[in-house]
Amino acid sequence: MSHPNKKRLRRSMMFLNCQKPGLIKDPYIYRPDSIMLDLEDAVAENQKDAARYSLFHALREIDYRGVERVVRINGLDTAHWKEDIRVCVAGGADTIRIAKTESARDVHTVEEHVLAAEREFGRPEGSTLLMAALESCRGVLHALEVCESSERLIGIALSGGDYTKDLQTVITGTGVELQGARQQMIIAARAAGVQCWDTVFTNLDAMDVFEEEVRMIKMMGFDGKSLVNPRQIDVVHKIFTPSQKEIIFAEKVVREIDEKKAMGIGVFTVDGKMIDIAFYDGAKRTIDLAKASGVYEGDL
Amino acid sequence: MEIKKAAMAGTLESSDAQVTVEPGENGIQLSIESSVIHQFGRQIKATVEETLERLEVTNAKVTVVDKGALDCTLKARVECAVYRSNGIAENIPWGGAVR
Repeated sequence: MSHPNKKRLRRSMMFLNCQKPGLIKDPYIYRPDSIMLDLEDAVAENQKDAARYSLFHALREIDYRGVERVVRINGLDTAHWKEDIRVCVAGGADTIRIAKTESARDVHTVEEHVLAAEREFGRPEGSTLLMAALESCRGVLHALEVCESSERLIGIALSGGDYTKDLQTVITGTGVELQGARQQMIIAARAAGVQCWDTVFTNLDAMDVFEEEVRMIKMMGFDGKSLVNPRQIDVVHKIFTPSQKEIIFAEKVVREIDEKKAMGIGVFTVDGKMIDIAFYDGAKRTIDLAKASGVYEGDL
Repeated sequence: MEIKKAAMAGTLESSDAQVTVEPGENGIQLSIESSVIHQFGRQIKATVEETLERLEVTNAKVTVVDKGALDCTLKARVECAVYRSNGIAENIPWGGAVR
């Protein structure tokens, strides 16, 4: 049976540096869907050990009030990832974000160590979920095999900084350099039935550009975005939460399709728009998203 | 655990604590500096002592400069300093001596 939290709402996934006690003590006040406690790039090489003790006690002792606790571990090409997995599992992290994933094999390697840690620390087998960050051209090209690699895998996230470096370009602000990766990843994720998240946006002075980017990735089909600052959370939630107008229309579509189907009618109009069975799943999804976002008051 | 060499963990940033451990004799010599010493001095002392006891550190000179750290941060810094003094960074007993 699939893990009950595998498909939970993940519009906003905010990075926090485990090296900084001031950052990890109360981020739930900003109400992100997930926090990503970082043991990787944000933590200086000579502080990797210190970050783990802070992480362990934070996971065990701080009540994050329903916010999902993801931990980004160090890459498989480092000396740190094995101990990172032990501390994540011992602390009871909900999900582990695998950095620099390039293949299904990378996910399997992590999965083996997670299972060993679940046995070592007496946690239920299969309780720790995984997500994979794709940060290279090879990783992006292998998106589908990564998405299909494990029952624990909730989805894939684009890491734009490293990816554009590998692509031999830079983040331009236009998004043109990320088009191929974004398209490939969302298609792979949907084909495999897992979630997909966009890369961070780091220019905090350009909130208008950030908002445009969030609108674009929503239209592309992404489930949410990795974030670097609490100011970005509300923007993402506003854009990813269905409006009342969308909810009302979705309700009409679902009710009308159910009703017309019983009458043997396949195609009809709702508010002047032609509707048939192909609209059903989308309308249901809008209602599910409204429910998960806490804005649905109907009875469907 | 024996304190084999001087080691430090933590910073002087707000919500953090800097903990230094050094080899010592005749028990634990603990010195605490904190801007909230009057309200929380006793609690800081208790947390540090309990953590050292769990790690079976019986002889050491321990200096804590507290900048408003939560209990969980204090524990993390003490544990890190003690393991660093032994040159240990892997196979940490999570949930055992570290808890």
